[in-house]
Amino acid sequence: MNPVDISNVTVAYDRKPVLQEVTFNVPEGKLIGIVGPNGAGKSTLIKAILGLVPTASGTVRIYGKPYKAQRKLVGYVPQRGSVDWDFPTNALDVVLMGRYGHIGWFKRPGKKDTKIAMQALDKVGMKEYADRQISQLSGGQQQRVFLARALAQDATVYFMDEPFVGVDAATEKAIIALLNELKAQGKTVLVVHHDLQTVKEYFDWTLLLNKRQVALGPTEEVFTIDNLQKTYGGRLAFLDQQVNQPFVQQ
Amino acid sequence: MSYGAWIILTGSLVGVSCGIVGCFLILRKMAMLADAISHTVLLGIVLAYLVSHSLEGIYMLVGAGIIGLLTAFLVQVLDTSGVQSDAAIGVVFTSLFALGVILLSAFAGKVHLDVNHALMGEITFIPWDTLTINGMDLGPSAVWMLGFVLILNLILIFFFYKEIKISSFDPAMATAIGIPVIFIHYLLMSMVSITTVASFDSVGAILVVAMLIVPGATAYLLTDRLIIMLCISAVIGVASAVGGYYAALAWNISISGSMASIAGLIFGLTFILSPKHGLLGKVLARRSISTQHS
Repeated sequence: MNPVDISNVTVAYDRKPVLQEVTFNVPEGKLIGIVGPNGAGKSTLIKAILGLVPTASGTVRIYGKPYKAQRKLVGYVPQRGSVDWDFPTNALDVVLMGRYGHIGWFKRPGKKDTKIAMQALDKVGMKEYADRQISQLSGGQQQRVFLARALAQDATVYFMDEPFVGVDAATEKAIIALLNELKAQGKTVLVVHHDLQTVKEYFDWTLLLNKRQVALGPTEEVFTIDNLQKTYGGRLAFLDQQVNQPFVQQ
Repeated sequence: MSYGAWIILTGSLVGVSCGIVGCFLILRKMAMLADAISHTVLLGIVLAYLVSHSLEGIYMLVGAGIIGLLTAFLVQVLDTSGVQSDAAIGVVFTSLFALGVILLSAFAGKVHLDVNHALMGEITFIPWDTLTINGMDLGPSAVWMLGFVLILNLILIFFFYKEIKISSFDPAMATAIGIPVIFIHYLLMSMVSITTVASFDSVGAILVVAMLIVPGATAYLLTDRLIIMLCISAVIGVASAVGGYYAALAWNISISGSMASIAGLIFGLTFILSPKHGLLGKVLARRSISTQHS
């Protein structure tokens, strides 16, 4: 059964369609980049799958069942800028929030949860920052705390919203290592990504999106100039035709 | 217990309850919504009286709870349908409060409540309005009501602590893992409403906002841990109440006004002196950076 199966999903804000009739399913154990211009609905797609924005139509299935029945199988990394990092809490506490979905009502995180959270922090190289107030962390460190929180969710399918934005080189490397490790464990990861130059290097599969789905498949097959032009329209330029490295004119 | 002790106890209960609930308002950036609710509960109190023909605490709590939720709900509705959120609060709060004032003036003869009392509170009279059951004098009824509300607040925060925490910090994540963020929002709004109405008699609608916001805002400057922030806020609430009472005694001034002023004073001192977020700390940090580089 496919980890993510979406058919005919349409999302509209104030009658303006943001996503139109998106239909796709992805195989298990792949790193999938979701790529498209600003306003293409990349984040909205993830939010629609997780039930954070209402869909006007369409169905979402995670391993054959609606998302609500499969919450524990899904891990989520929101955009770093979506929360207030001045909140009075430390890194370990934020990672522990990844356990909340497993704990249930009226209970507190226990020793086992703390152990899982510490392991997750260790995996992203943040163990020594466990007690650090989150506003005292750099942007890259905050992003790693968010990744550790998703790891603590112990999920099978992961959705990550722009994890590479505004991070340092060390964090970028740590994220890539982590993505590959998740893949090696047979997990499926969907990542909203905006840097076209690294798509081929990072992702096995690519979903090209611009309100409608342009293409989905193995990166070497779908990440073509033709498809990119369809996705980005006139905004795409090519630095060097020989190495075929596309970039977006801002 | 002496007259003064009852007033201090009443003020302290207001300080603890408001201080704890207020922390969440600050973290969720909803201080102005508390201001709105503290005024609209007047409508709840008047309606509760008109329905029940009694000024018993329990009717007041239910009436205020319902109107508090209505306020939060209307603000949410206007906000999501395109009205600016601060304008939405302004519209809802003044309309419902005005309705409360009209009803109060229309039935003024029958209701033992006046606008001035509702706005400013009168903690001085608290000790004489006692709760009597079977002829037994059990102490001021305000103390009973405040105690009940405090215990209710503590129980709710204890049981829903992690849900309140995650939905305050990261509502999207909370929703994704199945936490009913909207339910938590209205739960907090109910807590604000009943805390407000219970504190109403003692400090009034305007100063209850000071007790809700100022201790939490002060505690926010002093700690990086949520649980400690709640404790500090409660302590500052009590300190304001006790300090306010004695200051009022010394200078023969309004007790409620003096309590709110002490809270403001504590905030001012903290704002300047707090080692982490205070002005002094920032100046020192800047100076140490500039000496390192010179």
